[in-house]
Amino acid sequence: MNDQSSNLPTLLTRQRERLLADWQGLLAASSAIRSGRITEAELRDNAARLLDGIQNAVRTGNLTDIGTPEWAPVRQTLEDLSRSWAVNGFTPSETAMFVFSLKQPLFAQMRETLAKTPEGLADEAWRISMLVDQLGLYGLYHYMSGREEVIKRQQNELLELSTPVVELWHGILALPLIGTLDSSRTQTVMESLLQAIVDTGAAIAIIDITGVPTVDTLVAQHLIKTISAARLMGADCIISGIRPQIAQTIVHLGLELNVVSKPTMADAFALALRRTGQIVGRAAPVNGHDTGEARRADGRDPADARR
Amino acid sequence: MAPVRRETLPVRHADDVLRVRQLVRSWTLACKFSLVDQTKLVTAASEIARNTVIYGGGGELVVEALEERGRHGIRLSFSDRGPGIPDVEQALRDGFTTGTGLGLGLGGARRLVNEFAIETQPGAGTTVRLTRWR
Amino acid sequence: MEQIPILKVEGCLLVSIQVDMHDQLAMALQDDLTRRVVETRARGVMIDISSLEIVDSFIGRMLNNIAAMARVLDAVTVVVGMRPAVAITLVELGLTMPGVHTALDVDRGLRLIRTLVAQADEETGARLGTGTP
Repeated sequence: MNDQSSNLPTLLTRQRERLLADWQGLLAASSAIRSGRITEAELRDNAARLLDGIQNAVRTGNLTDIGTPEWAPVRQTLEDLSRSWAVNGFTPSETAMFVFSLKQPLFAQMRETLAKTPEGLADEAWRISMLVDQLGLYGLYHYMSGREEVIKRQQNELLELSTPVVELWHGILALPLIGTLDSSRTQTVMESLLQAIVDTGAAIAIIDITGVPTVDTLVAQHLIKTISAARLMGADCIISGIRPQIAQTIVHLGLELNVVSKPTMADAFALALRRTGQIVGRAAPVNGHDTGEARRADGRDPADARR
Repeated sequence: MAPVRRETLPVRHADDVLRVRQLVRSWTLACKFSLVDQTKLVTAASEIARNTVIYGGGGELVVEALEERGRHGIRLSFSDRGPGIPDVEQALRDGFTTGTGLGLGLGGARRLVNEFAIETQPGAGTTVRLTRWR
Repeated sequence: MEQIPILKVEGCLLVSIQVDMHDQLAMALQDDLTRRVVETRARGVMIDISSLEIVDSFIGRMLNNIAAMARVLDAVTVVVGMRPAVAITLVELGLTMPGVHTALDVDRGLRLIRTLVAQADEETGARLGTGTP
């Protein structure tokens, strides 16, 4: 039996109400309803919409390939639903089961229809299974894409929170980079460093990469570009915390790091203080404790260093 | 991928370079480009616009807003009927000289955009297409 | 045609570029500045570009030319107030300005000019063996 002689199109038309009712009955048990992510009414609407779409598509006689133009409306419905569910926190199985649970009503109806001619049932069952599998997988694929977008957005938000530019002292900024840097993260971080230079009027920015295990060409180039940009703006940079592996990578890549490098942020900070005309010295002990306080080399209040 | 909106601007005199900048700026704002992306595209446009006026003998700019598979972008097409560029490879390599050299600015402009295409024939004019995605 | 005003501040010339310049205006500025450096014997030229949203290769070359001219006339050039987006774009463009010093704002620019001029005079004094003038 080939597609043309299948009973599926007729079944979908004649038994629409029964199929829908059975399917919706199964969907009513979905955990998505229990958790309040969707109402039963909405789920029923979605099911009706999908079923009608399938009904129209199978009328053309193509039951095996949902990639063709006549299946476009069904694909669109699945895509819209799946993506929206991804964003709204549906689980993968809730999304998958929405489509896969259609198999049971279809099998049941087909068995009834072919009660007098059971030899055709195996073929029809296979056809139904193949079709629903394709539809289910298609929906799941778009669900996954939707989830990836959510993750990406959350990553960006996390990024903004996790790479703060710190004002170490008057006119001295520090940017401690932690973790692996990818190209777009590095770009964002660098832009915020440059903006911080403007906002705080910093003369020196310390970029500390102690917490960065590896650096690739792109990231190294971004670093170099940021340092050049900072210089064009009138600020200077110091890099601190270059690990041996990174030093080797830089040499292997043949990159020129035209910037002062210090082993630790502390060293970089000390240098930055000297360069901005400030020193850290000991004040007279208070209550038997030593206190260290930064003051300008010429003895004036560091608060003046900004003006 | 069909362009969604387009606008044309004549690029014939030195003043037009300013108009090109303003036009491209307003389009990048409308398309919600980040500040850095705006600056890059406007700067690239300024370079090519100047070329169109000075070396191309004047021409025009067509700005199009693009939408393709969910991403948004802007395409700038500068065309002139000037003498054309005899050696494109060389022109792209000619970066800037810091002093008085010519430097067509093509290489630099290319680095500022995502897609860069140039059609030129000696004696038959030049078209430069710049595309930047959001 | 409009002119960009040039102010004299503490032995330096200060130019604040507030408008989007077309090529003619940029050339006029170059000429004006050259003339004024000679007239005033300024030791420093400060160009404030904090209002500029775009610096393309033409403006970049203008700045380089001004610095070259100033150097010939024994003056240093400091560009102040470059915006982050502009700086990032210039680096990407590949435009370098080797003869140009930079500072964050006018105050720091003046301090930088003072430092550079003092350094230059010391070097000249040492070279000519006549001590600091």
